[in-house]
Amino acid sequence: MAYSNKVIEHYENPRNVGSFDKGEDDVGTGLVGAPACGDVMKLQIKVRDGVIEDARFKTFGCGSAIASSSLATEMIKGMTLDQAAEIKNTQIVQELNLPPVKIHCSVLAEDAIKAAIEDYKKKQTAKASDAA
Amino acid sequence: MSAPDDGNGHGKVPAGIKLPIFMDNHSTTPVDPRVVEAMLPYFTTHFGNAASRNHVFGWTAEAAVENARSQVAALLGGDGKEIVFTSGATESDNLALKGAASFYRKQGNHLVTVETEHKAILDTCKRLQREGFEVTYLKPSKDGLVTPEQVAEAVTDKTIVVSVMLANNEIGVIQPIEAIGAAIKAKNPKVLFHTDAVQGAGKIPFDVEKARVDLVSLSAHKMYGPKGIGALWVRRKPRIRLDPMIDGGGHERGMRSGTLAVPMIVAFGKAAEIAKAEMADEAVRLRALRDRLYQGITSQLPEVYVNGSLEQRLPGNLNISFAFVEGESLLMALKDVAVSSGSACTSASLEPSYVLRALGAGDELAHSSIRFGIGRFNTEAEIDYVTDLVVRSVARLRSLSPLWEMYQEGIDINSIQWTPH
Repeated sequence: MAYSNKVIEHYENPRNVGSFDKGEDDVGTGLVGAPACGDVMKLQIKVRDGVIEDARFKTFGCGSAIASSSLATEMIKGMTLDQAAEIKNTQIVQELNLPPVKIHCSVLAEDAIKAAIEDYKKKQTAKASDAA
Repeated sequence: MSAPDDGNGHGKVPAGIKLPIFMDNHSTTPVDPRVVEAMLPYFTTHFGNAASRNHVFGWTAEAAVENARSQVAALLGGDGKEIVFTSGATESDNLALKGAASFYRKQGNHLVTVETEHKAILDTCKRLQREGFEVTYLKPSKDGLVTPEQVAEAVTDKTIVVSVMLANNEIGVIQPIEAIGAAIKAKNPKVLFHTDAVQGAGKIPFDVEKARVDLVSLSAHKMYGPKGIGALWVRRKPRIRLDPMIDGGGHERGMRSGTLAVPMIVAFGKAAEIAKAEMADEAVRLRALRDRLYQGITSQLPEVYVNGSLEQRLPGNLNISFAFVEGESLLMALKDVAVSSGSACTSASLEPSYVLRALGAGDELAHSSIRFGIGRFNTEAEIDYVTDLVVRSVARLRSLSPLWEMYQEGIDINSIQWTPH
């Protein structure tokens, strides 16, 4: 299969690869996918005052999955949590010119963003109830 | 003057390496220049129809075809008269199973085969099932092999055909064909034994008498011949009958009508002749290259698994899984090296390789598999280049892999509640 230049570019120079300490209060971690399905994404956000200050990812998957998660971290940096939660997989499809057979990679990236936000919010709720 | 970059940002291409490198010799092989040379006169000078009985053009073509029959049959220890030329092994497999099932229907309605056979066998069996036949699909063990006892046990007095491949196209494992032949004939002497020998013929010794086979499928393009020509060896003593799938002028003893593709047949004969003459030496050389690749990779990378038996395997085959790395992403890194993966992403169906799944190793290892097919024209320098590229690429992709990170932190990946999608 021929990849778009944008997929190849992200695959060869992925942005924001790495991990934050998932135990930190200001970090939200999303882990989606399954090894048996051939793709797993871990996407992490670091949040300050409701804004995503920084993001990291690691992905087990095809080139399109790696590119989708790399792009996702780029997109959400600087966004508020609410803005990031609104990101749709179709934006990723468009930006990377993903063919139909690779659309599930973009869906997984959207799921990873949402899962990371949810994890962060859960932590804050838990912290608030601890303080109360 | 500096060597060109390998395009992967990893460094320079060493002298003596020409990119891209073809290391996918189970999918097809380049035509040996000696084969091309042999076939060329049959396009323009000796272009006659082998069925023309009344002039020299026909006689020349017919003589060339008869010579090629003997060359192909000799590779199997058979007789030239037993060769039926076809368009390729898919047709041969279809003709063997459908032709025998149809002709011997009065004897029974049952066939036996293996889950890891080529789709040309499995899909043919599925069609026969739709037509009322019953098929037993044997599950191989983790090493990819079936046992003679296992095959014989599946044979009943209703069994017409048993079909077990000589060597597997994905994992290269060699089935114990001789012992299977003996075991099934002991159970039911009337049962026909078919083998798809496409990957094994010309690579490892194989003899129709020792294996007690009745039908053998062959393809030229897997043995450095052209695409579009294959053969079905059909035993004459005792005579095996097949209902033809293609009716016409009664060519090929009535089993496969159609004007013979003389240049292709001449090429197939020459390819078989070379394979027979050079098989022993070539096997030693390919095995050494394969072992060099395997040692080179496993001495530098942990968590690499061989799929199927390493011992009972074609000399040029290496099918390995790189845990925590997805196969298609690795193929992307190996873009100047032609290899294959069992990853779902490389298939139209989005399912990982059914052959690897049949081994029961888990879908994640199927997604992480790469098949190297080393052939006649690969060199040691290419093996070293590929080894180095694979090692660097796997290391890079593991640095991107959340599963590798978990593995290094001592987290059992199977303990996590994954959400299949």
